[in-house]
Amino acid sequence: MLKINNLHVKLEEEDKRILKGVDLEVPAGSVHAIMGPNGSGKSTLSYVLSGRDGYDVTEGGATLDGEDLLDMEPEERAAAGLFLAFQYPVEIPGVGNMTFLRTAVNAQRKARGEEEMSAADFLKFIRAKAKELKIDAEMLKRPVNVGFSGGEKKRNEILQMAMLEPKMCILDETDSGLDVDAMKLVSEGVNALRDEGRAFLVITHYQRLLDHIKPDVVHIMAGGRIVKSGGPELALEVENNGYADILAEMEVEA
Amino acid sequence: MNTATKQATAMISADARPVSGAWAQEARADAAARLADMGLPTRRDEYWKWTRPDSLIAATPSPAAVFDYEGEPPVFHEIDRLKIVFVDGVFDADTSDDLSGEGIEIERLADAAAADIHWAKDLYGVLEARGQSPVVRPLAAHNTAMATDGVVIRVTGQVNRPVSLFYCHEDDSSDAVLHHVIRVEEGAKLTLLENGPAAARFSKVCEVDVADRAEFHHIRAQGRDHERQAITHMFARLGAESVFKSFTMTVNGRLTRNECVIELLGDDATAHVAGAALGDGADGDFHHDDTVFITHDAVACESRQVFKKVLKNGAKGVFQGKILVKPDAQKTDGYQKSQSLLLDDDASFQAKPELEIYADDVICSHGSTSGAIDEEALFYLRSRGVPAHIATDLLVLAFLADAIDEIEDDAIAAEINDRLDAWLARHRG
Repeated sequence: MLKINNLHVKLEEEDKRILKGVDLEVPAGSVHAIMGPNGSGKSTLSYVLSGRDGYDVTEGGATLDGEDLLDMEPEERAAAGLFLAFQYPVEIPGVGNMTFLRTAVNAQRKARGEEEMSAADFLKFIRAKAKELKIDAEMLKRPVNVGFSGGEKKRNEILQMAMLEPKMCILDETDSGLDVDAMKLVSEGVNALRDEGRAFLVITHYQRLLDHIKPDVVHIMAGGRIVKSGGPELALEVENNGYADILAEMEVEA
Repeated sequence: MNTATKQATAMISADARPVSGAWAQEARADAAARLADMGLPTRRDEYWKWTRPDSLIAATPSPAAVFDYEGEPPVFHEIDRLKIVFVDGVFDADTSDDLSGEGIEIERLADAAAADIHWAKDLYGVLEARGQSPVVRPLAAHNTAMATDGVVIRVTGQVNRPVSLFYCHEDDSSDAVLHHVIRVEEGAKLTLLENGPAAARFSKVCEVDVADRAEFHHIRAQGRDHERQAITHMFARLGAESVFKSFTMTVNGRLTRNECVIELLGDDATAHVAGAALGDGADGDFHHDDTVFITHDAVACESRQVFKKVLKNGAKGVFQGKILVKPDAQKTDGYQKSQSLLLDDDASFQAKPELEIYADDVICSHGSTSGAIDEEALFYLRSRGVPAHIATDLLVLAFLADAIDEIEDDAIAAEINDRLDAWLARHRG
């Protein structure tokens, strides 16, 4: 599904290299996790994949189902099935959450040559999805993320994911700022979306999210590269011993 | 006598003034004297620092091509309303509705002015004259002296539909001077709609007296003829517990200056003035000026100014807004917001927010900002599949939302939103 090949990325504005040759393949139906110390390039990877401005790809590339991701506009990536759950969801005063979601759902459908969803169907759809995530009607009416608590913002991200039904979901530190109950709710939302045609890339600092969203593969990222990959036990190792041992073992520059 | 005064005297010579009955003749002569005293505005005047008055006071207006609306119906066409039509500043009986209605008296200014005695005498030129201090507004005095048409409206009850003034523009060189007088009697309520480009050059004064516990709602859409010019003044006087709400949408227009002067004279009165202006220099020059002066002269009154401008390709926006709180106007709640969204580096916005407060128990504040589209928000929307141009439109409408929220009637607000949507769709990229 997602293939990243020797990806090198620097900041557009300054001569700072952030990704230094990332190789990663996430097949359909699987959940991959990326862990790593602060500044290792995890969030940059998610932003570059979703098309945020401010980065230069100097080498390598990334494809989604064989299509060159980096060549597409952010909205084209979304229509192609890529979704990023933001670490810091953006507040947009004046734009209703419902309006936003309906515009997004229909824009993607239109881009894929599908029929737009009627207002009535959309309402039914969003109500059902919102209920599963314990998002009340009031939250749907409010402006996008404005005045939402940390947990509400993250649930709103998962709601968007559920509504847009992407095939490649990237979760960027979705667990940050969540209490135990909220983490459970968010994880259940994610697990409900797991299926054979969909893949997940879960970026996190902590093993505890991976207790809820069980990964098939865990990668450790450091110094702008994937330095180690393994099964779920790798996350436990990090939890118990920190990154120092792994990094020393790999002798990478942190 | 300075040049501006000499020029002003020529512009208002008694021979040129419309013939009226005694009271109106006197009001016009008084206004002419006021104007002769103050002279016409010049570029050196502080109040005209950012908007050049030259084309507004030129002997003849610059021609303005009549815009081809390509079949687009005028704003408010779906609203049930009593329609009064002016073509290039002249009342058009054929296309206007019957002016009689329950709880409302509507007359042409000329008819009211011809009468020996008329209630409008207490307002015509009177509120304008009050509004000449502490800042002079020469073009309003000129209007009082020279207005050739207009309506006088007295509302005594709950009028069941809005009164709509529709200003057609059919002549490339028309120079229209209209003056309306409105009195909303105690406990009565009026919604006034205004739309249309009016003329190549349009001067309009509206004097509104809102009595105790009365309500006046005003929603205006200035026509989108690219080359039209307009100088408008609204003078309002508010009684106790009265409500005054005015919203203006301006898209296009070479030069527009809308002045609004409000006096809160009765306790617990409310005055809200809002505006949404959108200009794209690619259509031709765009210069929009909102100049507002609100005087709190009673206890526990509330005033709001919410002005938003979306500008691109060299379009220019100006805001001059003042709240004056007199010594006895305790418990005043005044707020002023003027913001611009500059869609590129060529657009510009000048703002002069002012507070002058002599009472000690008041809440007054102002906020003026100028900024670009929020790139974070834009990326967030795009990352969900919303194409960049639609995402931009959403953010522009979101920026305008709190000005549009000042329109109380949902159907009218929807109509305004539709027009803004359509304008944005035509001006992408």
